Amino acid sequence: MAGVVSSLPVKASIPRRATTEPLWVKIVLISALVVFFGLFLVFPLFIVFKEALSKGMGVFLKTFEDSATAHAVWLTLIVAAIAVPLNTAFGIAAAWCVTRFQFFGRSLLISLIDLPLWVSPVVAGLIYVMTFGAQGWAGPWLKEHGIQVIFATPGLVLATVFVTFPFVARSLIPLMQAQGHKEEEAAMTLGANGWHILWRVTLPKIKWGLIYGIILCNARAMGEFGAVSVVSGHIRNKTNTMPLHIEILYNEYQFAAAFAVASVLSILALVSLAVKTYAEWKTDQQLREASDI
Amino acid sequence: MAARKHILPGFKFSLGYTLVYLSIIVLIPFSGLFLKAFAGGWQNVISVMLEPRAVASYYVSFGISFAAALVNGVFGVLAAWVLARYRFPGRRILDAIVDLPFALPTAVAGIALTAIYAKNGPIGSVLAPFGIQVAYTQLGIFVALTFIGLPFVVRTVQPVIQDLAVEVEEAAATLGANRFQTFWRIILPALIPSILTGIALAFGRAVGEFGSVIFISGNLPFRTEITPWLITVKLEQYDYTGAAALGFVMLVAAFLILLLTNGLQAWDQRRKGIA
Repeated sequence: MAGVVSSLPVKASIPRRATTEPLWVKIVLISALVVFFGLFLVFPLFIVFKEALSKGMGVFLKTFEDSATAHAVWLTLIVAAIAVPLNTAFGIAAAWCVTRFQFFGRSLLISLIDLPLWVSPVVAGLIYVMTFGAQGWAGPWLKEHGIQVIFATPGLVLATVFVTFPFVARSLIPLMQAQGHKEEEAAMTLGANGWHILWRVTLPKIKWGLIYGIILCNARAMGEFGAVSVVSGHIRNKTNTMPLHIEILYNEYQFAAAFAVASVLSILALVSLAVKTYAEWKTDQQLREASDI
Repeated sequence: MAARKHILPGFKFSLGYTLVYLSIIVLIPFSGLFLKAFAGGWQNVISVMLEPRAVASYYVSFGISFAAALVNGVFGVLAAWVLARYRFPGRRILDAIVDLPFALPTAVAGIALTAIYAKNGPIGSVLAPFGIQVAYTQLGIFVALTFIGLPFVVRTVQPVIQDLAVEVEEAAATLGANRFQTFWRIILPALIPSILTGIALAFGRAVGEFGSVIFISGNLPFRTEITPWLITVKLEQYDYTGAAALGFVMLVAAFLILLLTNGLQAWDQRRKGIA
């Protein structure tokens, strides 16, 4: 084909391909993007690590020996360890019922799953304060039974669950929709029950989409700030997660320590991005295989 | 037909589980907010809503979010175009970096941007001699909101560019259009619905944003105070009805932006159907 084209009497001024831009335009656009991303997206990340190490490795490590910081790390891990599995189970159940069945109110349910992406994190925290706090309608009853939700770990978990529950469901719904359910139906005719189908057929099919969703959910759970800030009450050694601890250190002008904690969360974000990119690539592959069948 | 709907097992279980979960996490707590907001009646909600300090915060929150979303519209389309159409070394890395604002915790982004754009920061110190102050001004809020909104436009427009039929561009070229004409007359109109959807998404996210803004904004009442921050101020003053009323305003705004975005997406789908 290329030989045929080049043998034609083509004028030099006509670009070789009509559906792309001249090379110099491409180079200008790509360079503009590299500069923009570098200055605007990558530079803040670089600053986090630079500031974290500005007082040397000793100060950096010392930050994490501090009991308040250690507790914040611990609490962040606990909250994520509760919220992420809860939301994973929810995401699978929601994606299953939305993609496998047609029912009244289905699209409303899908919109409801997206809701936290639209609600300000501050409002997300606020609804729990207004419900379970001392001023909320459930507050007096909870107090009577000695249960503290707001300004305590349960409140942090609730707020985190709210902000992060769309992620697993949202990464599964388009994937499961595209894959269809022929294999599940085949498994059923062969006598498999519901759990068997889920474990042996569906989960292997959606593995990478699920990992993608869990990674996003976890990254947001560990980094959530606005919602947990409202419900936490900022009690050191009690209700401070890592992002909240960053704020306290920063407001106390302990910049190196604040950035040291921030750098750990940044590494988490980078790892999440890497896993996410890989999972996305794998999901694309699975989708292409599905469409080939 | 009714029987065909439920061939696979688990309908009742998965739907029941989903609904119970959403009720505990979303619906019941929302009722708490409504009860509190309207505990003092409609008049109270409206009077809190129209307090001068609250109105000033809407201008800051919605105005700057809108400006940031528009700028993201421009840079987002550029980024989406380059990432979808050109092949060059490092493209995959650039593509992954787009999601950085989404993955980076907002508080981390907030202190990092403040450090960069403060008067003694690496970019702030360059701008200061020209009389441009970024941190602790509305410009700082704009920078933070542009940062967190960028992925939304790129990720909405990029797949649409990938799916554009090259044949249409070939036809335009055969008919004598130059590349700029093809872009302006053929490609851009096809992208408009997705660009607007992306801008609406970025706007929706920016309006509610908290963590990345509060460090760089300085939170001066009437100047650089965003509405979510004002809610936390009211909470700290134990003004629970006031906080609930403002929370209600934010919810209504979020709902309207959601409706707008759904409308835009439906428009996009219809246009694709015709094409």
